[in-house]
Amino acid sequence: MMNFRSPYLGLWLLVAVLAVLPFALPNAFYMDLAIRMAINAVIVLGLNLLIGFAGQISLGHAGFLGIGAYSSAVLTTHFNWHPAFAMAAGAAACAVLAALVARPIFKLKGHYLAMATLGLGIILTIVITNEGAWTGGPDGMPVPPFALFGFELYGEKHWYWVVAAVLAISVWASLNLIDSPFGRALRALHGSEVASQVVGVDVVRYKVAIFVLSAVFASLMGSVTAHYVGFVTPGVAGFFHSIELVTMVVIGGMASVYGSVLGAVLLTALPQALATFEGWETVAFGTILVFTMIFMPKGLVPTLAAKLGRKD
Amino acid sequence: MALLEVNKLSKAFGGVKAVQNVSFSIDAGIVYSVIGPNGAGKTTLFNLITGVYTPSEGEIRLDGKEIAGAGPHTLARLGVARTFQNLQVCMNMTALENVMVGAHLRLDRNLIKAALRFPALRRRDGELRDEAAALMHFVGLDKYVAARADAMPYGALKRLEIARALAAKPRLLFLDEPAAGLNPKETIEVDHLVRKVADSGVTVVLVEHDMKMVMNLSDRILVLDYGKKLTEGSAAEVRRNPDVIAAYLGAHA
Repeated sequence: MMNFRSPYLGLWLLVAVLAVLPFALPNAFYMDLAIRMAINAVIVLGLNLLIGFAGQISLGHAGFLGIGAYSSAVLTTHFNWHPAFAMAAGAAACAVLAALVARPIFKLKGHYLAMATLGLGIILTIVITNEGAWTGGPDGMPVPPFALFGFELYGEKHWYWVVAAVLAISVWASLNLIDSPFGRALRALHGSEVASQVVGVDVVRYKVAIFVLSAVFASLMGSVTAHYVGFVTPGVAGFFHSIELVTMVVIGGMASVYGSVLGAVLLTALPQALATFEGWETVAFGTILVFTMIFMPKGLVPTLAAKLGRKD
Repeated sequence: MALLEVNKLSKAFGGVKAVQNVSFSIDAGIVYSVIGPNGAGKTTLFNLITGVYTPSEGEIRLDGKEIAGAGPHTLARLGVARTFQNLQVCMNMTALENVMVGAHLRLDRNLIKAALRFPALRRRDGELRDEAAALMHFVGLDKYVAARADAMPYGALKRLEIARALAAKPRLLFLDEPAAGLNPKETIEVDHLVRKVADSGVTVVLVEHDMKMVMNLSDRILVLDYGKKLTEGSAAEVRRNPDVIAAYLGAHA
């Protein structure tokens, strides 16, 4: 669906929405929600490149988020690192870890990545919880604010513009990537692995590359979350958070850039909207997911795009 | 020197000897066909030479260089391309993109440059789009240039695979049953297409059950039966060979 009309049209719409949104939102609560939506959207964009475009599943992506968040927290608090370096160190650690895990796994056929990342995510949560002296254990730890060139990012107003810019750039870069030789190779190995191999695609290399890229996306946004919220808990790396991220990909639409954004926005907002159900909100949440999958198995954006395409 | 030399090639899957001790060589510029009854090991032979399977024994030389055991993406680099008996079209992409993927190795595949939309990369992609469209025209798929792959009929997909293989600008092209499942009219079109490809200077290796097409196109024919080489020769020689007739008709010649 990417080649009909310009896929970049949606980007301009997104930029417009992001530009006027802070003036339309009534209070800090909604600003906070918008920021968390945008942060999730960036993570989900990266994850969708891996799951939707390359066809590989990660069930431990929150683990990378956790590495980013705790790198920022621990390195700035205990070692007095500059937040920017701490953030970069977290991303680098994620890149190395992702490559080390993925390389042997991708030499095997089948969905072993899902198993390995599931384990990885759980191990990371345990490490974070048990290393209380460094991480504050299950209670979490505070994170100092992010400062760059003497300018300190503080509160929703500052962070909104940072996160909005990151989101717009990420959408632009993702659109560029999928419509490039690299992106086509990625989609081709999903469509037919053997066909991509015989035209020269080194499938292991591409799978590792996209896995590392999505891990780095997650780590960077983990650092951003840590500095923005000012506090981290082990839950950030937890299994349920990983599943939530995968759900955003699936609901929004696999292999859809705008689907990633929509999935993140909806699933970040949904728990708030369902708060009125009190104890039943999880049930309501699950019901909505089940029905979406039954009636829109390809996810929201691809299904709607197909519907609209048929009309004209 | 022959372009491709296969020497005492064998492949066993457990106890099944799919290819046994097969030797032959293919000169550059010809159409070379591999025929044989179902289960004779034709596709296995293709998979061995194109690196999809690793041989149990034997040598495969391309331009005198040993390639047995090399992976498909390494062989692609050496100018080997192929199509598949069971379609291997990327249904998650458009028809044109499928052809563009064929040119993978001729492009700048850098991730960072792609994400940042480097002008040189975009320009090259634009050229490639035209090139891919021209290839679709060459294989007779003009009307599907803007189509999604999953919206195309079977016969068109068979030809789309040929266009994708050609996009790699191969020296050696393996076509695995390009006419299988096609109606007589489509079969004739593919016959003409293979001829056009061969005339453009690509060495073609063909597995095909349509004997009219094989006899019509082939410079040399290799006959396999139960994984073994039965005979090899020109179309006329093979046609007269009593062993070949026996293998196909089950007659006791």
